[in-house]
Amino acid sequence: MSSLPSTHASEGNEWESALASAGCLDLFRQHHAEATAESVTRFLAFSEHNPSSIRQCLETARFNARAVRTALTVEMWETINGAWLEIQDSKPHALPFIDIPRFLDWVKEVSLRFDGSGYRTMLRNDAFYFSRLGIYLERADATARILDVKFHFLLPATSPVGGGVDYAQWSAILRAVSAAASYHWVYRESLKPWLIADLLILKEEMPRSLAACYANIITNLDHLAAAGGRQGAAQRRAHALYRKLRSENIAQIFQSGLHEFINGFIADNDGVNAAVVEQYLS
Amino acid sequence: MRIAIQHRTQYSYDTPARSIIQMLRLTPRSHEGQTVHRWHVEVDQDADLRAGEDAFGNIMHVLSLPGPVDSLTLSLHGEVETAGADGIVRGTVERFPPRLFLRETPLTGVNPDLRAYADAVVRGATGTLDRLHALMNAIRADIAFDTSPTNVTTTAAEAFTLKRGVCQDLTHVFIACARDAGIPARYIGGHLYRSDGAILQEAGHAWAEAYVEELGWVGFDPANGVCVTDSYVRVSAGLDYLGAAPVRGTRMGGTSERMSVDVRVNQASFQSQS
Amino acid sequence: MAFDEMHTEGGAVRSAYAGVASWLETVSADQLARRRAEAELLYRRGGITFSVYGDTQGGERIIPHDLLPRILSAAEWSRLAAGLEQRVRALNMYLTDIYGPQETLKAGIVPPDLVWRNPAFRPEMMGFKVPHGIYVHIAGIDVVRVDGDDFYVLEDNARTPSGVSYMLGGREISMRLMPDLLASHRVAPIENYPNELLAVLCSVAPRDRSEPTVVLLTPGQFNSAYYEHSYLADRMGVEPVEGRDLFVQNDVVFMRTTKGPRRVDVIYRRIDDDFLDSLVFRPDSLLGVPGLFAAYTAGNVTLANALGTGVADDKDIYSYMPEITRFLLGEEPILKNVPTWRCREPEALAYVCEHLPELVVKRVDGSGGYGMLVGPHATVAERAAFKVMLQANPERYIAQPTLALSTCPTFVESGVAPRHVDLRPFVLTGRHGVRIVPGGLTRVALRENSLVVNSSQGGGTKDTWVVER
Repeated sequence: MSSLPSTHASEGNEWESALASAGCLDLFRQHHAEATAESVTRFLAFSEHNPSSIRQCLETARFNARAVRTALTVEMWETINGAWLEIQDSKPHALPFIDIPRFLDWVKEVSLRFDGSGYRTMLRNDAFYFSRLGIYLERADATARILDVKFHFLLPATSPVGGGVDYAQWSAILRAVSAAASYHWVYRESLKPWLIADLLILKEEMPRSLAACYANIITNLDHLAAAGGRQGAAQRRAHALYRKLRSENIAQIFQSGLHEFINGFIADNDGVNAAVVEQYLS
Repeated sequence: MRIAIQHRTQYSYDTPARSIIQMLRLTPRSHEGQTVHRWHVEVDQDADLRAGEDAFGNIMHVLSLPGPVDSLTLSLHGEVETAGADGIVRGTVERFPPRLFLRETPLTGVNPDLRAYADAVVRGATGTLDRLHALMNAIRADIAFDTSPTNVTTTAAEAFTLKRGVCQDLTHVFIACARDAGIPARYIGGHLYRSDGAILQEAGHAWAEAYVEELGWVGFDPANGVCVTDSYVRVSAGLDYLGAAPVRGTRMGGTSERMSVDVRVNQASFQSQS
Repeated sequence: MAFDEMHTEGGAVRSAYAGVASWLETVSADQLARRRAEAELLYRRGGITFSVYGDTQGGERIIPHDLLPRILSAAEWSRLAAGLEQRVRALNMYLTDIYGPQETLKAGIVPPDLVWRNPAFRPEMMGFKVPHGIYVHIAGIDVVRVDGDDFYVLEDNARTPSGVSYMLGGREISMRLMPDLLASHRVAPIENYPNELLAVLCSVAPRDRSEPTVVLLTPGQFNSAYYEHSYLADRMGVEPVEGRDLFVQNDVVFMRTTKGPRRVDVIYRRIDDDFLDSLVFRPDSLLGVPGLFAAYTAGNVTLANALGTGVADDKDIYSYMPEITRFLLGEEPILKNVPTWRCREPEALAYVCEHLPELVVKRVDGSGGYGMLVGPHATVAERAAFKVMLQANPERYIAQPTLALSTCPTFVESGVAPRHVDLRPFVLTGRHGVRIVPGGLTRVALRENSLVVNSSQGGGTKDTWVVER
């Protein structure tokens, strides 16, 4: 959202849509009267009241990383611990609003470094498969939520389709998921909402699409099944969801309702998550 | 006296426990003046039950149930022949010299108040035996029997401050005072055949043994103000309740544990013989 | 005057330190300061921290590391190593005796109450034959020097000694930040410590298996030594577990894994005795594993160290170690003991009370520099207050002369200056004998004149180089 050019941002409820997408609109309202660019951004980035603010997430991540220190490589641990120390030292919550994008860029770098160092340095064993599994389960959830909120709030917007605001918003979505260039390589067309949905739901070559996430989820679950010598509900549910994604096309999805489709997906994804916990971690 | 004992503990849970593990000190041994004729331990679920012996020579069972378990009943029954010996206990399994039983444990430590009390009580008495009798009588007089204010974690000093407690608390106070006076003392768990005819009891009984140089170990029951007689069945001995506890256990998972204990101690001749 | 390990009384550099001296001439204070800042950053980034007791979650601190190595010659080390090996053999023999035939008590070598009434004595261990007869698999023996000839044992640590991760971390720092100096010396390697430790743990497994399952049992991340627990587990390649990750079924210990239960053979436990099993020890402990003790005494799992080892390492028993060594090993002790007054003996107490300004008084069961009085550095009021505590419970204290601990060159605010040091070598005992990696953790009192090297009291660490000729 903060990547949206401010002159093009329309009033009020876009910021609420950002909160809704992050699942913390109610929490926000407990602490703030008005959803402005600054109040929402600070709430999502730094608030101590918001357990999923970036700052709280890093705090939790570091706490959890320390608890499972031996499951991480030195590079992964030092990335998380280094970022945690950086936040302790530099106090980014005191930054002026205008400097927050720089902080957000730094956060992206940290996540990429963590992800990348995991990919490069971890032994290919259970710990690796579980870490990948977690990444893709969360990623699928995040992609679905971004899509839902954008379409839910933006599509019926009063501005004419193809107008300036509209274009800026669609382009903001693509940049938010680091897919602006990819879109053009895949479709070679101007931005169309249904093509963006197609890219983020069904295109397996798009690494954060739901289909790509599920291709990875089943791969990692299959590794776990092979290592442990047993299949279970987690594998069955994940394969079923992947098959479903493979059999869809975007016209069908729009016809029967994108919002309904995404809500269904989020619930199914939660189901896979719960099956993993039940099967392996309890 | 031939004493018949039935002891039943029932556990149940609202949601089943994933597993249960318990250490049981529920089986008496024979010694001079106490002969165990028969003794049975029964569990109503499939379980691992391994018999062994702890460091103090108590017979101990380790009970483990892999679960899920929504209820468990542990039953013991047996008959023991007893003969009075003026409170003196002979022929017991002794793995340690008496002075080990001068050790302070968290449950049997003294605080300044309790130390002052112990000093005052034993000051007038001459000889170890007299001091122990004075101690037993004073504790019986000064600490009221009351099941409400204390529990299994109550220390001797706490019970003394409350001036109330159950047989376990009175025994702890007795042990703490005796040890502070330099007399080895230990905790005994067992059963008491009550002459008042109360066959059904809510729990086992507890008393103390103290070491008197010329006599050996002597049993003192501060809850009743007597030395042990042939109405007492000795089951376990330890430094304190925790070392002699009939059951120490834990469970994984499971909610709202309900436990009921039912102990019957009777003269064997009163039971129908088959 | 304290013994200076680098300089002779005449001011000449001792041969072991010749390399350090010439290296110091080539670096400026600025360069040293930069390297020190870099070292601190490495420690911080790596999360190499300890928690201070009483602090809450935020209380992670790093232990200051001094870059200048402490150097021992190979000849000094081999003498020390022989003494350490003997000391730990004596500790193990003593424990075997105390939990067995008790010849030391019968012969009057040790007063029986030091066993029977010692809180660290575990009656539950009596008569149990520990696997392969080893109680103390990992010992940390604190030694000090007061002159060029002798090492004195200051304290035996036979329970769950910590600090080895700082020994290893110090060497990593030397390799990264002092490569020039390191390369100019032939330093005996210590990096294989985790392998040695694992080999020792495997060697004492109860079942004859080619690859026994070893785990490291930690109280969890709020423990002050948690960093060390995860570091050692990582370097050994064994699972770090908390109590809730293990369970006992039918006297066998299992670890929960994502592939189902896996039988555990050896537990390197970094949890104190009291907390290991709520069915036998503290009933309120959530850190341990219910049923573990029964599995242990059934011979189905090995605990390292064994339970009840504290009966051999308190400061009261310490004073009997020379006699214990002579009696049980029939050998003359190689390492010296610091003369010790046992305050429970009335004449000793009287002497200690009269000479408090010269003595160090320690709690028998104390550790970490807590609850002790350093007479010469205490105020009159502190000494008076301590005397009251001492007289109320004299049996809880021992006293020793204030030793002039040796000094090593240390980089401090004023430049390079001598500071007092001790040394904690780590001694491993397995089925195939005793192993000691050369060196140990040198702790340094960073404050001028301070004799307290404990990390909780302003102490730092140094890398220890055993230099081969």
